[in-house]
Amino acid sequence: MALGDTLIAVSGVAKHFGEGETRVDALRALDLTVRAGEVIALLGPSGSGKTTLLNIIGCILAPSSGRVMLDGEPVFDGRWLRRDLRRLRLDKIGFIFQAHNLLPFLTAEENVAVVLDLAKRPADEGRARARELLDYLEVGHRAKVKPALLSGGEAQRVAIARALANRPRIILADEPTAALDSARAGLVMDLLRKLAVEQEACIVIVTHDEKIFDRFDRLIHLRDGRLADA
Amino acid sequence: MNLALKDIRHGLFRFVLTCFGLGLLMTVVLAMIGIYNGLVSDALAVVKAPAADVWVVEAGTKGPFAEASSIPADTRNAVARMPGVAEAGAVNYQNVEAPHGGRTLRLYVVGYEPGRPGGPRAIAEGRGIGASHFEMVADRKTGLSPGETIRLGRNRFTVVGLVEGAMNSGGDPAVYVTLADAMALQTELDPAAQRVQTARGAVSVKSASVAAVIARMAPGADVDLLAATVRQWKHLAAMTQGEQEELLLASVVDKARRQIGLFLGILLSVSAVVIALIIYTMTMEKLKQIATLKLIGAPDRAIVALIVQQALILGASGWGIGLILILTVKDYFPRRVVLEPFNVMVLAGIIAAVCLLSSALGVRAAMKVDPATALGS
Ligand SMILES: Nc1ncnc2c1ncn2[C@@H]1O[C@H](COP(=O)(O)OP(=O)(O)OP(=O)(O)O)[C@@H](O)[C@H]1O
Ligand SMILES: [Mg+2]
Repeated sequence: MALGDTLIAVSGVAKHFGEGETRVDALRALDLTVRAGEVIALLGPSGSGKTTLLNIIGCILAPSSGRVMLDGEPVFDGRWLRRDLRRLRLDKIGFIFQAHNLLPFLTAEENVAVVLDLAKRPADEGRARARELLDYLEVGHRAKVKPALLSGGEAQRVAIARALANRPRIILADEPTAALDSARAGLVMDLLRKLAVEQEACIVIVTHDEKIFDRFDRLIHLRDGRLADA
Repeated sequence: MNLALKDIRHGLFRFVLTCFGLGLLMTVVLAMIGIYNGLVSDALAVVKAPAADVWVVEAGTKGPFAEASSIPADTRNAVARMPGVAEAGAVNYQNVEAPHGGRTLRLYVVGYEPGRPGGPRAIAEGRGIGASHFEMVADRKTGLSPGETIRLGRNRFTVVGLVEGAMNSGGDPAVYVTLADAMALQTELDPAAQRVQTARGAVSVKSASVAAVIARMAPGADVDLLAATVRQWKHLAAMTQGEQEELLLASVVDKARRQIGLFLGILLSVSAVVIALIIYTMTMEKLKQIATLKLIGAPDRAIVALIVQQALILGASGWGIGLILILTVKDYFPRRVVLEPFNVMVLAGIIAAVCLLSSALGVRAAMKVDPATALGS
């Protein structure tokens, strides 16, 4: 398929936690480019730096050094270049969390619609978009239910719907299909793929889920904070 | 979408319980304010009732309320003739315990001259005193009702009318009788003691005296001139109405007022700490959700609104519940509880300020929370 603009450009990014004896180098001088329309997987053993890399791309963790560009805009170069990182996340980045983290006081539908609400879009638009996504993910019938009453898989799909609500161009997911059966995992992958094509988005997924490996355009292996050529 | 309201509705039972608890606390605060006001206004009731301009009392005393005062009964005639005096009336005050209906009523007996200043202000039920002897107008709080009779000293009085809000600074309800009856009550002994005295060959030693003479001025008359005139009689002194009220507050109720005032201060401080604690805890419990909101890109404005709105809703409900409760129970207090709209508004202001301050603490913590904490499971 034809690849579009570069949406994620990470160059020379390193991240270490702690200093001296307790220092952990989670990422070492890593380069990665992801373009619109791509669906890629981040693989690697536990502790190899997958989550760390995802958090850096999502602008919730500052690298120790290196540069990050998102959607053509430099956002990190030794320091953050934008002050309103949250606005950036709201507009461009959709997160699907490992722990799904839905807001307990909102219904499934509201959990999805809140993203549009925060972006100051009309209430009906938010509701309609939430319905559409929940229906597609086959949790439409649970729209009025609060997260506490959802099963793990249902909650996970609501969280996916929330990540997609604002039509972000960069979607980041940490083990999104771990709680789903293979049919539903396939469904989620289909949706993400469709999104990547239609909205010229890119999708980076951390996964151990071998049943979906064949759905990716690229598999990126991390080992000790470096890219390992497979 | 109002996140504050949604969150409240999610944990409605707990929130309502918290509001109710706060409401009870506010009830106590409002009760204290009301008791404080009631104390002051009750204390002044007896001074204000005659609607006097000048009080003529015994020289060298702060009578008739702060100290005992005794002046000849005919002083009234002299005062009535003084320049600028429109009306004058002699009055007399005494505390009496009277058995009635199986219990003892503690009464504040006001003697006055019907048709002259010093009598009850407005009759709420029945009529004023018509006969020159043995009729009485009682405050409703005595529990007496028109037509009933009660024995005071040697004589039986008939209640002919009721008034409201008449009492002494100790809160004992007042009864009004004619000055003549009151003076008799003051000087007479009960029959047994009388017999003993008669057997000893003694005659009544007490001469007729009254506690004070109340004067009302003609329009435009000079109060100071009257006061100066009164002072020329060496055995008399004069006080304006304002001085009399100040004297009463300063001497008679000052300690009680400061006592309650200090307690009120402590109560308000405790309430402030409790409110702050509740709001701070409420925010701390939501830190993970706040991190999630930050992660999905919620601006600070949305997070601040969530915290501040909840704080204000809590404060307003507590205040409202407190107000409703105190208005419901205030008439069951043995002494008057007086709530002025101004006091209630000031309390609302204080609560709002406390809520805003404590949500500022919560907001500070919320601003510091790292969105990445939402990712840890
Ligand atoms: N906040 C932190 N403080 C200290 N060390 C950290 C922190 N976050 C991650 N690390 C360390 O960085 C390294 C990479 O962690 P990371 O979470 O990126 O691994 P991962 O590939 O996501 O692992 P897993 O598959 O178990 O989720 C690990 O050694 C981890 O202990
Ligand atoms: Mg991880």
